[in-house]
Amino acid sequence: MDFTFSEDECLLRDAAREFFATEMTADRLRRIWEEGGGCDDRLWSALAELGLPGILVPEEQGGLGLDEAGAVRVVEEAGYVALPESPLHAAWLAPFLLPTLGEEGRARWLPRLLSGEARIAVGIPGDLAVEDADRAHLVLLSEGDALFALTAGSFRCEPRTSFDPGRRAFAVTPSIDPVCIGAEGARIAAELLDRAAVLAAAYELGLARRILDLAVEHARQRCQFGRPVGSFQAVKHLLADVAVRLQFARPVVYRAAWVVAREAPRRALAVSHARLAAGQAARLAARNGLQVFGAMGYTWECDLQLYLKRVWSLAGRCGDEALHRRRVRQALLVGDTVPGAGDTFAEN
Amino acid sequence: MDLRYTATEQAFREEARAWLAAHVPRDPLPSPDTAEGFAAHRLWEQRLAEARWSAVTWPAQYGGRGATLVEWLIFEEEYYRAGAPVRINANGLHLLAPTLLEHGTPEQKARFLPPMAKGEEVWAQAWSEPEAGSDLAALRCRAVRDGDHYVLSGQKTWSTRAAFADWCFGLFRTGSLGERHRGLTFLLVSLRSPGVRVRPIRQLDGRAGFAEIFFDEVKVPVSQRVGEEGEGWKVAMATAGFERGLLLRSPARFQERARRLVELWRRRRDQLARDPHLEDAVVQAWLDAEAYCLATYHTACRLDRGGVIGPEASTNKIFWSELDLLLCDAALRILGPAAEFPAGKEVLAKEADSGRWLEEFLFAQAGPIYAGTNEIQRNIIAERLLGLPR
Repeated sequence: MDFTFSEDECLLRDAAREFFATEMTADRLRRIWEEGGGCDDRLWSALAELGLPGILVPEEQGGLGLDEAGAVRVVEEAGYVALPESPLHAAWLAPFLLPTLGEEGRARWLPRLLSGEARIAVGIPGDLAVEDADRAHLVLLSEGDALFALTAGSFRCEPRTSFDPGRRAFAVTPSIDPVCIGAEGARIAAELLDRAAVLAAAYELGLARRILDLAVEHARQRCQFGRPVGSFQAVKHLLADVAVRLQFARPVVYRAAWVVAREAPRRALAVSHARLAAGQAARLAARNGLQVFGAMGYTWECDLQLYLKRVWSLAGRCGDEALHRRRVRQALLVGDTVPGAGDTFAEN
Repeated sequence: MDLRYTATEQAFREEARAWLAAHVPRDPLPSPDTAEGFAAHRLWEQRLAEARWSAVTWPAQYGGRGATLVEWLIFEEEYYRAGAPVRINANGLHLLAPTLLEHGTPEQKARFLPPMAKGEEVWAQAWSEPEAGSDLAALRCRAVRDGDHYVLSGQKTWSTRAAFADWCFGLFRTGSLGERHRGLTFLLVSLRSPGVRVRPIRQLDGRAGFAEIFFDEVKVPVSQRVGEEGEGWKVAMATAGFERGLLLRSPARFQERARRLVELWRRRRDQLARDPHLEDAVVQAWLDAEAYCLATYHTACRLDRGGVIGPEASTNKIFWSELDLLLCDAALRILGPAAEFPAGKEVLAKEADSGRWLEEFLFAQAGPIYAGTNEIQRNIIAERLLGLPR
């Protein structure tokens, strides 16, 4: 049993953190907002140079060769800066979907994905819109039991305005037949949803930590009654509660990342648990963080909103709470046996 | 990351499981909060020790197996699955022993650890005083140096297991009250010493689970001091770190409870029509028990590889104590009007388990209070983990 990260994985996480900190500042995010959200080509290329699109691609195919468990904290760091999500979809989901296009399709797209030449957007089951679909060379859209591989001219793209200005969302209507349908399409959709849910959960961990850090910083600086508001217990405890939820969501997400990377039992339960736990932590961070900021937090000027809005806009995507709760109920209340002590890692 | 058990870990589990299957008493032992029950539990501790199961993480020379923390978690899982008796010496094994292993002299380890492992000497903790609860640094029970002895006078309270235990460990004031945490010394005191009087306190559940201890000119050899004089706070905080952090409440305890809760819910789905929120409560409690397990393994693996436990330990105590409330609360809600009648005594109870849930519910109420209230833990998290001003 080794529930820790390797030295290499830690180094990669640190490199990502450093890159995101310089590249994706609050000012940069605000410029993205003004330009209509999403990921521009410059950022896309910079991320490709960093190796992000190949993070889950085997080394012999030109990637970094990590699995989801090894890469999960890079996503966490992306959440910390509210990185536009489409490059994460390309890195985390496209390598899983490309094999469905056959050897030829994979050979055509994978090298260009890795080099940053090709932008691949992914439509996640249940989501109403595809991020950055208008800028994509290939849209992989999962809808019901159908998977579509769409290139220019084979789909219609209609903008959808999210309240989160960092989002660049489009409803996509295919005008060609799916590449995959029926039982196989449904299997792909189910697995895609699991992977997307873990991606969202890891991203939410980062968002929660960012909001917590901002609120702590504010509480240390802001003085009332002649002392920093962070010295008051009522304020301390709001933030301590966030720290507790975050502390206990993190390992749940890491375990889910390990589970989606391989054939492990009780996958739906592990994945949905991760999404619920991370979502709870992020929403509590948003609520309590905003409370600590007071009226300043409710302004357009305050950077807090950059992260709050992503928490709220992400909440209903990649499987909403109702879906994940239903899956957990299904796993716990209907199966033959109820898992208890000793079952958490059994049969891994 | 590799979330599979190694062959060694698997073999460890098999061995523990087989031994427990052969040795766990078929009928539950009487409550350890009675003289008869305490004696029965002491015998059980001896049986565990004979097979070297009582303190698996300790070095072999003191009666342990040199097991990793992950193996300890495995043992605990098997222990709770087997429905084995309450560990009456948990204060000693999980709180004092890590402190002795870190700060004790070789003589102290050799003198105190083996009889602790065998249950020959059962330990109570002696932290709180009537005027020093959450404000532990205000404690005033005095220890005055007199040659090769300290002379103790004063009072401790809320001392778990003290009613029947043999020894206690705790902090005593060797400096002045104004020095706060700098004037404290960590001492090991025999409860059989002349001048010690123990007065059991009847708890909410009607039993004498804790006690007051009065010290009237009690002589304690200097050799029973752990760490230096005046350094007791530092030594004690190491203990408190373990208590809050990892060892006091193993995840298996809550996971077995969560399993029983889900099973209870499956039998009583008829309650869903009466309260649609119940199912969510059951599911959330199970998920939190699972999360506690995952977080504990995460920490254990880090510590097994040389990591250290820090202020994040305070998050544990909050999480498991609130989880326990969720679990027991949900169970009582499912039981509904039958919840107040313990089975076995009352024909009204439909569930054989209802008396057990009641007991657990009552004890769960103490969780957010003992071992440092959750409010104190939140202060620690805010100040030491998040860096907010005092």
